[in-house]
Order: sequence, then structure tokens, then C-alpha cells
Amino acid sequence: MSDQSLPADRRPWILLSPALVFITALVVVPMAFILVYSFYENIDLAQDVPAFQFGNWQELLTDSYYRTAIWKTLRLSLIVTGLAAVLGYIPAYVIAMTRYRHKWLLLLLLIIPFWISFIIRTLSWIHIFGNQGALNGLLGLLGLTEAPLSIMYTEFTVIVGFIHVFLPYMILNIYVSLEGIDQNLEPAARTLGATPWQAFREVTLPLSLPGLAAGCLLVFVLTGGSYVTPLILGGPSDFLFGNLVYDAVVTELNWPMGATLSFALLLFLGSVVVLYSKLMGMDQLSKAFGR
Amino acid sequence: MTKKIDDTTRYERLRERMGNGDIDRRSFLGLLGAAGITTGLSGGMMTTMARQARAAGTELHFEGWGGVVSEALRKNAFDPYEAASGNTVIDATFGGENEVLTKIKAAGNTEGHNILHSSGVSWYKRWVDNDMHSTLNEANIPNMSNVMTAMTDAFRKITPDGLSAVPYNYGTTGIAYNTKYISPEKAKELGANLLLDPSLKGKIGGWGGDWANRAWYGALQSGQDPNNIQDWDAVWDKARAHRDLVLKYWSSGAELMDLLAKEEIYVTEAWSGRVAALQAQGHPIAYMDPPNGLAWMESMFVLKGSPMEAAEELLNFMLDPATSIAVASGQKYPSALDPTKVKMPADVQALPAFDPTGKLETLVFRDPSTWNPEEKAQSKTWNRVQKGG
Repeated sequence: MSDQSLPADRRPWILLSPALVFITALVVVPMAFILVYSFYENIDLAQDVPAFQFGNWQELLTDSYYRTAIWKTLRLSLIVTGLAAVLGYIPAYVIAMTRYRHKWLLLLLLIIPFWISFIIRTLSWIHIFGNQGALNGLLGLLGLTEAPLSIMYTEFTVIVGFIHVFLPYMILNIYVSLEGIDQNLEPAARTLGATPWQAFREVTLPLSLPGLAAGCLLVFVLTGGSYVTPLILGGPSDFLFGNLVYDAVVTELNWPMGATLSFALLLFLGSVVVLYSKLMGMDQLSKAFGR
Repeated sequence: MTKKIDDTTRYERLRERMGNGDIDRRSFLGLLGAAGITTGLSGGMMTTMARQARAAGTELHFEGWGGVVSEALRKNAFDPYEAASGNTVIDATFGGENEVLTKIKAAGNTEGHNILHSSGVSWYKRWVDNDMHSTLNEANIPNMSNVMTAMTDAFRKITPDGLSAVPYNYGTTGIAYNTKYISPEKAKELGANLLLDPSLKGKIGGWGGDWANRAWYGALQSGQDPNNIQDWDAVWDKARAHRDLVLKYWSSGAELMDLLAKEEIYVTEAWSGRVAALQAQGHPIAYMDPPNGLAWMESMFVLKGSPMEAAEELLNFMLDPATSIAVASGQKYPSALDPTKVKMPADVQALPAFDPTGKLETLVFRDPSTWNPEEKAQSKTWNRVQKGG
């Protein structure tokens, strides 16, 4: 019996092998280089010497500047994830439950923003929230404000920018999960005396949690690893850990420190995935995709 | 007796003659075509070489500051050069040369990077220190003779055996302010401290991309000679005071212009040419250089591994008085050509920072001997101060 089942056991590995080769070559090996580089020493701008020393790691662990950045990244990522979950669930539910014949059209609308460059979409908020932007123009036109409101270059605009970009990821994850739920379950709960809200809370919401969790994981990790959005839409104090990596690599030309910070960010975001795995189980990810 | 030469040698000689300017490009292609027909080698070597010759234009990769500066270079220098030479200039923009250095370091070679609109003597030295510089054959750039020696000397001190760049323009980083909200009298009275006026909180900007720029203004605000800073703590204290009033640190000339034009900010330090461009567009933006304000010079830096003859040809074309003046008018920065040798039109003479003497003695530049040794430590400090540290 075991002899017969052996080939079947190997099949997943055979099927996974192309992906594993690519991940090893394009992720694991480069990250290993980055780890090695983190022990190098930067002796002057853009001048690094091979070494095995822990100065960069020591600086990272002892300097409160980096802890502040981690805290800001964690805080902002949680805010964006929470808001995206709430804002994303509603359209995902509507799309999943609608009897509209052309549901594909609604899904297409979700994907259309991806056709426009991420940078352009981010910059577009300046023309909406800016002093001479659409919102201030409308408020002025309606006589609600005498002077333009200062909205741009704040944490608010950074959060809006993030949600705008990452919301489709959340909606699609939740939608796929909701699509997999038997549509008779909610009516069945109703026939057993549940109110519509109870039926949703006790039946649909728990069953859609894998999709919600997968969406949250994705949005959290994407936000935590970002640096362009705060750079464009934020003020001086709106920065994430990724901005420190940019500073070290590009403006200070200190690659060893940049490598240390990059690897630390990988560990930080990786620990979130591990935590997710512990709480939800990675197998829940497959459930999120209706399997 | 006439020595018989093969087709390849004939082709090479022909191409050399064209390179020397003995025959024009059209005649060269015509002769190649005629040779191809007469030898009846359709599909053979001559046809292949003629095809190569038609596509033989060299590609030069140029990187610059974007916005009106790039537009001025494209329109007044690159387009006419391409039409005249058959070479192609592929231009791209950067936020700072550190981006280019990072890309080159990551790639491990300078492929795709040839000429930079390089900023100041400090960056010239950095490219040289990183062994990424070329050595120009100045004999191929006769228009260099019109460039101010005050500018070439600064670069020649670093590479006495030969320049890696040609000086191209200069300007200042002064203070731009919106005259609807700030009077010229107030601006003049406060000088560099206008950037620290608490009544303008949330309407002040600053350049985030260069630690030395912030430190220069910190030195002015703390009453120090920027080229002889003794108290760095006082400099960064002023930078912190500025940070607490700032709405946004801009990272490019285009962003600077956008913030001022849309009245997101009323005052910021700014590049003279960008402000002149805003003024030309009709925005109520005034510009002043405070005492000891920061001046800088820019060069066209040729990186190692570039096609040198084509690069030198382009640089000579760019330094031609007609081209250089047209670019200066377009980008609003005075040309590096000596105004005592080349007559400058009225609009160039009216540009901020323009020096009619050609000696640049009235402008204060960064002294690399005092600034470069501080860069590693102070650029790191600036990144922290900028973010609330």
C-alpha cells in the first residue's frame, strides 16, 4: 500500500519544484547576499569593505530611532489594514451576493485601477486634497470654507493613499471566500429564527474569515514594506521603516546598513506571517481561495 | 602600382573620412550603396555594412534633473544634435546623483549611463573617487575655450591630468516666497530666518534631498560661516526648528514648483532657475539670495565606459554659444560660458546669480575641503533630524 502511495506523495513536490527553484533563485539567494552584506563595513560614502562584524546590527538594536520607525510602521500598517478590512468587506459582500447578471463587470471595475501606474494614482490625491484640489474647490464653491483646508501631506493622506492602492487586494480576497460559501446557509439560519444581522454574524462572517484574514495579511505586509506613498503624500514625520532603508541605501550610500535594515524588515514582516500561521494556520490561505 | 585594398578596409577608410568630416553622411551612404551595386554583392558584406552604417548612430544615455531643465536641454541641445549627428541622446531624470550611483553599484557597471548633469564639485570628486570617471580629450571640445576658467579650475584641481566633465551652468539656492503673503520688506529683514518664521507654520517648505543644503542654511541661521562651521549642534538645532514648521520636504525641482505654484507653501529655499521659471509663468513668487547664500555650479559629467568621441562631440555641440545660450534661456540658469568672451542676451543677463565679470567672485560656493569630510556623519544626522530625531 505504501509503495503505491509513494509516487502520489511526491507529486506535490514535483509540481512545486519550478516555483521552488524560482523562489530560491530570486528570493532566498538574494536575501542571503543581503544578510552577508549586512556584516560588511561602510568606511565612507559608497565605499564598503568586506568584513564580519556586528556593528550595523548593534546599531539597529540599540538605537531608539529604529524602534520608533518599527512602531510607526506597525501602527500605520494596523490602521490601514483595519480600515481596509471594514471598507473592503462591504463591496466584496455586495459583489458576492448580487444577482446582477454581469458580475464580471463589477470585478472588472475592481481591477481597472491596476491599469494605471501606482505612482500616478498616488500623485492624483494631490489634485483632490490639495489647496487648489477638487475637494477644496467644492467646499469653496458651496461656501462651506473661506480658506482652503490644509489636508495634504498629513498622516490622513498617507492612509488614504494606502487604502486606495491596497483595497482591491482586500476586496478580492474576501470576495473569493464569500463566493465559496453555500448561499443557502444564510436563508437556512433565517428559517431557524435568526435575524438578518445574526445570520450574517453567526454564519457568513465566520465562514468568510479565511478570506478576510488573507486580505489582512496581504494589506499589512504590503503597507509595512512601502516607502513611496509616505514620500509622496506624507509630511516630515510620516515615514515607515522602508524609508529608512531608502535613506541608508540611496542618500547615505551605506549599503551594509541598508542591508541590515532590509533584512530586519524581512524578519519583522516574516514574523507577522508566522504569527498568522500560528493563529489561523497556513491551510486557511487555501480556504480563502475557495479550496 | 596601386595597392589593392579589400572591401572591409575600403569601408573602414570611408567611415573614417565621414567621422573626420571629409565627406557628409549622405555621400557616405551613397558611396556605400554604389559600391554595393558595382560589386554585385547584394545580400553580401557591403549590403550588411551599409545597413550597419545607416544604423551606426551612437546612443548616448543622459540623466538630468527633469522638468524645465530637461525640456530646455531636449529642445535646444539634444534634438538639434541628433539631427546634425545621427546619434541618439536618450535622456532620463533623477532626483539626485546618489540614485545613479546606487544603480551603477547595483548593476556593477556603467552600462546605460553616459552623461550626467552633475551637481557641484563634491559630486565630481565622488565619481572620481569611485573610479567611475572618464578623461575627456579637450582637443575634441574646442568650445571649452569659451568656458569660465573660474569653473574649469575648480574641477581641474581634482583631476589635474584631464577633465571628466565640462562646466555647463551655475545658480544659487536662495529663498523663494509668495508675495501675496510675504512682503519683500519682511523677507529682506529676516533673510535666512524667514524660513524659521513661526507665523508661517505649515506653509514652509524645504529641500529634503541634500543634507548640505539644510546645513548651509542652518549655519546662516545660527550665525556661522557655512564654509567654516564650528558648532554642528547649533546647525541641527536650527534644522529641527525649521522641521517643526515645515509642511513638506520636496525632493525634486518639479515638486518644488508644484508646491509653490499651488500655494501649498509660501516660502522655501529654492533653486534660482526654477523660481525664474515660475516667475515666467506669472506666479507671484519672489526670490532672494540671503547674505552668504549658497551658489553651485553644474557640469556635464562623462562616466567611464562611455563612447568618448560621441560624448565629446555632444559636449562641444552643447557648449556652442548658440546652443548654450538657448539652453540657459530655457532652463533659467546662467551659462558656464564666459560673458566677457561670449555676449549674453538680455534675458540671460537678467537671470538670478548671473555674473557679468565671468569670475564668480561674488558667489559663495561650498568648499569641498571642509564639507566633504563631514558628509558621512552629517548626512546621517540630517536624515534623522528630518524625521523627527
